[in-house]
Amino acid sequence: MMPTLNDYLVLSAILFAIGTAGVFVRRNLITILLSIEIMLNAVNLTFVAFGRALGAVDGQILVFFVMTVAAAEAAVGLAIVIDLFRHRESLNPDSFASLKW
Amino acid sequence: MPPGISTSDFYYILPELVLTGGALLVLIADVLLPRGSKALAWVTLLAIGATIASLVPFGSTHVEVAHGLLAVDQFALFFKIVFLGAAALTVLMSVRYLEIEGASPGEYYFLILCATLGMMIMAGGIDLLTIFIGLETMAVSFYILAGFIKPNQRSNEAAVKYFLLGAFSLGILLYGMSIMYGLSGTTNLRTMATAFVGQERDPRLVLAVILVVAGLGFKIAAVPFHMWAPDVYEGAPTPVTAFLSVGSKAASFAMLLRIFLEGLPSMSADWRLMFEVLAIVTMTIGNLAALTQTNIKRMLAYSSIAHAGYILIGVVAGTPRGVAAMLIYLLIYAFMQLGAFTIIIIMRRQDVVGDELKDFSGLHIRHPFAAFAMLLFMLSLGGIPPTAGFMGKFWLFGAAIDAGYVRLAVIGVLNSAISLYYYIRLVVFMYLKPQGAGSPVTTSPSLGIALAVAVIGTIFLGVYPRLLFDLAEMSARTLGVAAVTAAIR
Amino acid sequence: MGQAIAFYTLAAFILGFAVLVVTTKDTVHSVLFLVLDFLFVAALYVLLDAPFLAVIQVLVYAGGIVVLYLFVVMLVNLKRPPEAHHDPHRRTKLGLFLAVAVLLELGAIAVYQTTRPVLSVPGAPMPVTGNTEQVGWLLYTSYLIPFEIASMLLLVAMIGAIVLAKREL
Repeated sequence: MMPTLNDYLVLSAILFAIGTAGVFVRRNLITILLSIEIMLNAVNLTFVAFGRALGAVDGQILVFFVMTVAAAEAAVGLAIVIDLFRHRESLNPDSFASLKW
Repeated sequence: MPPGISTSDFYYILPELVLTGGALLVLIADVLLPRGSKALAWVTLLAIGATIASLVPFGSTHVEVAHGLLAVDQFALFFKIVFLGAAALTVLMSVRYLEIEGASPGEYYFLILCATLGMMIMAGGIDLLTIFIGLETMAVSFYILAGFIKPNQRSNEAAVKYFLLGAFSLGILLYGMSIMYGLSGTTNLRTMATAFVGQERDPRLVLAVILVVAGLGFKIAAVPFHMWAPDVYEGAPTPVTAFLSVGSKAASFAMLLRIFLEGLPSMSADWRLMFEVLAIVTMTIGNLAALTQTNIKRMLAYSSIAHAGYILIGVVAGTPRGVAAMLIYLLIYAFMQLGAFTIIIIMRRQDVVGDELKDFSGLHIRHPFAAFAMLLFMLSLGGIPPTAGFMGKFWLFGAAIDAGYVRLAVIGVLNSAISLYYYIRLVVFMYLKPQGAGSPVTTSPSLGIALAVAVIGTIFLGVYPRLLFDLAEMSARTLGVAAVTAAIR
Repeated sequence: MGQAIAFYTLAAFILGFAVLVVTTKDTVHSVLFLVLDFLFVAALYVLLDAPFLAVIQVLVYAGGIVVLYLFVVMLVNLKRPPEAHHDPHRRTKLGLFLAVAVLLELGAIAVYQTTRPVLSVPGAPMPVTGNTEQVGWLLYTSYLIPFEIASMLLLVAMIGAIVLAKREL
């Protein structure tokens, strides 16, 4: 019994849901960013699983680019977080005073 | 198996290459030029000018580059001109603002050019891969630009908020795209369109459409995905807000049209319904929320949300006429929105932030031309003839009626009437209230040029719009719109 | 059968660690769980015949991105600003010399390249076998233009990160 394409899709869907839930539930900036990383991993898993089912390498190329984007976003996002931390010593988005969340 | 690439492909991406070169040149010039030199802005404008010049040979080109990754057609051309024009105006209005805020101009101009590069890729992309890599190049540049004024806490919070929601929406969009890839076996939108015929009732495809609509909804700031927009517009540096509300919006609409009209025409029944609901909710909520704002940047943010709703009407119509009306509206919107932001930047002085409603009190005495220009932009945003905004709305609603969406057109007209209240309120402050506080209102040469261009554009397109409409319709026809109309009938 | 056992084991670990990442209160632990999660996803890539991606996943995600996260979390948790940064006198001349050298090299490569007009024939099947070779071949032929755009994206990210995180410019 081999795991089917559907098994992989269900796995990535659950993973995506966990990531999305994390974005909504958590109130810590870093944890929200980590949840977004989980979402992107779910996306990557979908691409690779579909790619194998289709017998094409294209899916893997897409994942390669998604990883590039994730790296770029992580670098910029963390720089923004550091900048935020300089302004106030908290990473809770609820503590933003001047702008309503 | 996708075929390889030939050197002729590099000829067709010449404008993108020129812009990239220009961006790198700005970085080098930043090191070589003395600190505080204004020459950097001219280097940037030169790069934009060279890119516009390099678009000339592609006036009537209609090819797919890199075997289906990018399209060089008039649709892309129209958008590229809008982006580059908006970028040029943004640079003009940034010079004095950067000086007042004490920000380093080198990286700023570099990022403006990189955001423009991303937009150009988005408009030309007919493959999910190029579209999303272009989108990210634009988005990451804007995340940084939003937080560029580091001593300003509001700027930083705007960056945090924009980044968080941007990254989250990217995840949603990508998940939708991954399903689209899996069900069609390709990332090319045009191949995808044929692969999806007969799959209309596949629930996974419907899910993919919903996810992509939601992801794009964030990018165009459609209600209920709009919550980032007011805060980011208010907190980000004003020229960045201007460019964000014009360039990013136009690019996202270009991408939206490519994905839905070229890639998902067989699903048009589903996405038309979604966009119709989105359009109605977006116009109404945007306008109602704008009524109570006292900060001009925030008011313009809600107004910009409402405008996204108007423009969505063109997507719902889906006809070449509807798309042409969208293209025109985006161009007209660029002029009036950038013009309004230029005035806000003129109001920014060493001692006054100048983005509150009361700062505009009695502006017609302090600077009659600025007050008059703002009056013009407000009337245009509200859709009063003979300004360009009226013609834009006229065509958008006309296209909706033409395609049988009378209800949408009626709601659009009602919304325009509501919006007049808050546009006119600003005019009342400028002309009927006593003079506000602060140092005198002055313009600089570059601000003057930006303002003049915006004023001329807003008047000219209102009085003599026919030529533009023909151009836009020609551009719209190069998109796979014909396929949509065929699929519906 | 072996594949199925491997899949379900990995899936259980992936989901379990994902839940832990999202629910753990301590941010450092959260990040560490994410590393483990990514390692198991990498193992799943091997199962999906994508060994190259598996390695990249470990190198870029687990090794690069997550370490960056850890670094920031610890920096932020210190509750103390980092030491003031002292700029050593800039070696502009050396930098300029190196830049020119690289430019010349790139120019030489470009000249060398143009002597071969077509990089590859459209429609030709991939002349390589093996996962890594195929990914590499596609990246540098069909997907060369997006690859170049991605390089601009990374440049933007790099400059942006420096601009935002640096104290004074």
